[in-house]
Amino acid sequence: MGIGVSMKRVDAYEKVTGRAKYTDDLAPKDALVAVVVRSTIANGLIKSFDMSEAEKVPGVVKIFTCFDVPQIKFPTPGHPWSTDISHQDVSDRMLLNRRVRIYGDDIAAVVAQDRIAADKAARLVKVEYEEYPVYTRMEDSMADGAVLNFEEYKENILKKTCFKNEGASFDDAAKEDGIVVVEGLYDTQTVQHCHIEPPVSFAYMANGKIVVVSSTQIPHIVRRVCGQALGIPWGKVRVIKPYIGGGFGNKQEVLYEPLNAWLTSQLGGRAVKLELTREETFAFTRVRHAMQISLKTAVRKDGQLVARKCTLYSNQGGYASHGHAIVMNATSIQRMLYHDEKAIEQEACTVFTNISTGGAMRGYGIPQGIFALESHMDDVALKIGMDPIEFRKKNHMQNGFKDPGTGIPCHSIGLAECIEKGKKYIKWDEKRKAYANRTGDIRYGVGMAIFCYKSCVAPIALETASCRIVLNQDGSVQVQMGATEIGQGIDTAYTQMAAETLGISADNVYVISTQDTDVTPFDPAAYASRQAYISGTALKQTAEIFVEKVLAFASKMLDKPCDTLLIKNNSIVDKNSGDILLSMENLAMEAFYSLTDSVHITAESTYHSTDNTYSFGACFVEIEIDIPVGKIKVLDIINVHDSGVLINPALAEAQVHGGMSMSLGFGLSEQLLFDGKARPLNNNLLDYKLPTSVDTPELAVDFVETVDPTGPYGNKALGETPALPSAPAIRNALLYATGVAVNSLPMNPQKLVEHFKAAGIICKDGGK
Amino acid sequence: MKIINMIVNEKPVEVAIDERESLADTLRDRLYLTSVKKGCEVGECGACTVLIDGEAIDSCIYLAVWAAGKRILTVEGITKPNGELDPIQQAFVDECAVQCGFCTPGLIMTAVEIVGSGRKYTRDEIRRLISGHLCRCTGYQNIINAIERVVEETHKVVSK
Repeated sequence: MGIGVSMKRVDAYEKVTGRAKYTDDLAPKDALVAVVVRSTIANGLIKSFDMSEAEKVPGVVKIFTCFDVPQIKFPTPGHPWSTDISHQDVSDRMLLNRRVRIYGDDIAAVVAQDRIAADKAARLVKVEYEEYPVYTRMEDSMADGAVLNFEEYKENILKKTCFKNEGASFDDAAKEDGIVVVEGLYDTQTVQHCHIEPPVSFAYMANGKIVVVSSTQIPHIVRRVCGQALGIPWGKVRVIKPYIGGGFGNKQEVLYEPLNAWLTSQLGGRAVKLELTREETFAFTRVRHAMQISLKTAVRKDGQLVARKCTLYSNQGGYASHGHAIVMNATSIQRMLYHDEKAIEQEACTVFTNISTGGAMRGYGIPQGIFALESHMDDVALKIGMDPIEFRKKNHMQNGFKDPGTGIPCHSIGLAECIEKGKKYIKWDEKRKAYANRTGDIRYGVGMAIFCYKSCVAPIALETASCRIVLNQDGSVQVQMGATEIGQGIDTAYTQMAAETLGISADNVYVISTQDTDVTPFDPAAYASRQAYISGTALKQTAEIFVEKVLAFASKMLDKPCDTLLIKNNSIVDKNSGDILLSMENLAMEAFYSLTDSVHITAESTYHSTDNTYSFGACFVEIEIDIPVGKIKVLDIINVHDSGVLINPALAEAQVHGGMSMSLGFGLSEQLLFDGKARPLNNNLLDYKLPTSVDTPELAVDFVETVDPTGPYGNKALGETPALPSAPAIRNALLYATGVAVNSLPMNPQKLVEHFKAAGIICKDGGK
Repeated sequence: MKIINMIVNEKPVEVAIDERESLADTLRDRLYLTSVKKGCEVGECGACTVLIDGEAIDSCIYLAVWAAGKRILTVEGITKPNGELDPIQQAFVDECAVQCGFCTPGLIMTAVEIVGSGRKYTRDEIRRLISGHLCRCTGYQNIINAIERVVEETHKVVSK
């Protein structure tokens, strides 16, 4: 069972029997329970606490406030640490904050015998604040005289960057005779990850270390941030990551583990559990940034893109989190996916407000960037009267491209084939003809969108990954990865990769799912769609070293030259004749127990990369729109992906389904709302419209398998790409069906009816 | 504390509970049945679904005291004693209906209720019947495939 086989998930049995242990399943039953006391204002300063009532609650062990914690600022995002100070993440918070920047900011923590006592005491904590004005909109927080979230960031701007090509300017290029200029403003909303397992950790002390067991995507980074936040050596922290109930980027941030680590250290090392409620998870962890994106394009009537101008504003919320990196991603995609003959000018700005903090979420800025870009490309095609597919084909990225901003190169591209497959599936030409110029309340449309996505973070940031392979007495192997299983199926992919390169069958490969920073080799872990591409290369490289060591031992046992041997089907075989010479089991027994040559055969290596490559794909959708009620029904939808060689086609398809659903929710229904005081209004799974099974259409998936020369097995990114294109594809289908361009998400009935009224296709009183 | 008696996974159980606690907490914390997951604790996500007298119910909003005298079934109870999977569990494995796995036990229990009815359901009916479960990983596609497969197989057996 090697590459390209749809083997069953290695963790499926554990998960369908309920035996798979997640963090809370492992928490000691006598663990104390911590609850975070949250600010009831969104911008201000704590003047004092009154704990007299809270401390009286039976079962309360201790209450800690922002005045008690170490006065150390630390960064929270799950990036690899940078030894270059100018590239380090922003250190902008303490374990508990006195200066409040969001509604529900962490200001104190109650530790009690049980959750009920802790909750009750937390409600009885009285707080005196100095209140400042609250900003939910970027234009207000950037205005003259606005109170700053951080003194060092003037106008509440975390960062502003510009990118411009050498040579012609947009304005010069747009002066060309006969050129058409199209402008559009696109805005996207705040949404949340909604992993079904809430963030949870428990911490205790053992053997002089603080042990944190956490539902995280990034155990090694959690160790580093706990060390930084507590001001203790990083080796004093041990982080264990069991199975996790989804992450989608929200668990690529170190939010409550440091507080929990500190609480246990203040309570004699007793176990303390800290689990967020769903309501806290929505508003007080991380969200996808709302962005406002203006695009201006100069195009020739033959469809040639000549010049573009892009301005992107990203609502960061209260804290810096992943900082400017996310809007930078939304910006770079504009110039990666399409080439302009003469000029590209870009400006990106990250602005603090007091709404929930934006952080990493599947796609990392690209869902916003792609919504704007792909909506705009349809607007441009419409303006020059060109088929949107032909227009895209004329301008999209070609093999050999290298992004001038990031240096990321294109090593393989199957985009044109993806477009062809999708076009054929949806019967594009036939349906565009059939649905053209329709009238009436019920109309139909087909639309599409394309995308590209990088396969790791290099060369913008560090790419490093490590693997260890250890032989067992029966000739099977353990594979230890620093990379993490978060639901995507990477442990299964690693099993297949190891089987492929080792020549050992998949049932003799044991990928250890749990990461333990005291044991597991280093890897920054699950983010940026990097683990099959980067950590997979670490695995392949380590497997090759392991094979060499095994063959060296076999060579001695068999008295045959190494280069005449290979491992196949759990045996050492003669390379030329194919004869089986020795089973792996017999080799292993000799290696372990030889009285003259005992050796435990293991291999370990680190892969460090500065290269990268792009994945591609397209989404095609057919919709029905009921104009008077503003309801879109998705009749058919397909995502076609070029993610290089598929390690496990069935699991790849499953992963695409989930991403499509996420993009459908982003496009049609999801939105985290805030009132004027930045208080969340719908931070629960009833009022936040996460797609249910009834809201989700049948999901079709297809692939184009290019062989990428930089991927360990020809593979490229897949984890995030499925979540990119559905929203703009639906928007473009709606444009075709109605002629109405909806440039704001979500396209829910309330918003569509407003748009249809404004366009005059329904009367203001709702009638025809 | 109050002592209640229930039949849990076909075994009689006597357990002392806090009268304020949910059945989900009793099953997880006192009976160690950690397949019962908590994703919201207010009956929105469906991860804590168990069968109570054959009916799929969110155990997080069902008080443990109400369960006195009732038969409770969790995923631990449908796996055969020798570890062999129930056909529904097997279908979830085969159809790649499992990703992070957190919503899985609850969905399997609803599937047990659906399949146990002996009725044949259309795909749309299955969609409606599982709509009380939220899943962020799968887009529901393979979950519906798995349940549809078992419903069809069961129906074939029943109608023979």
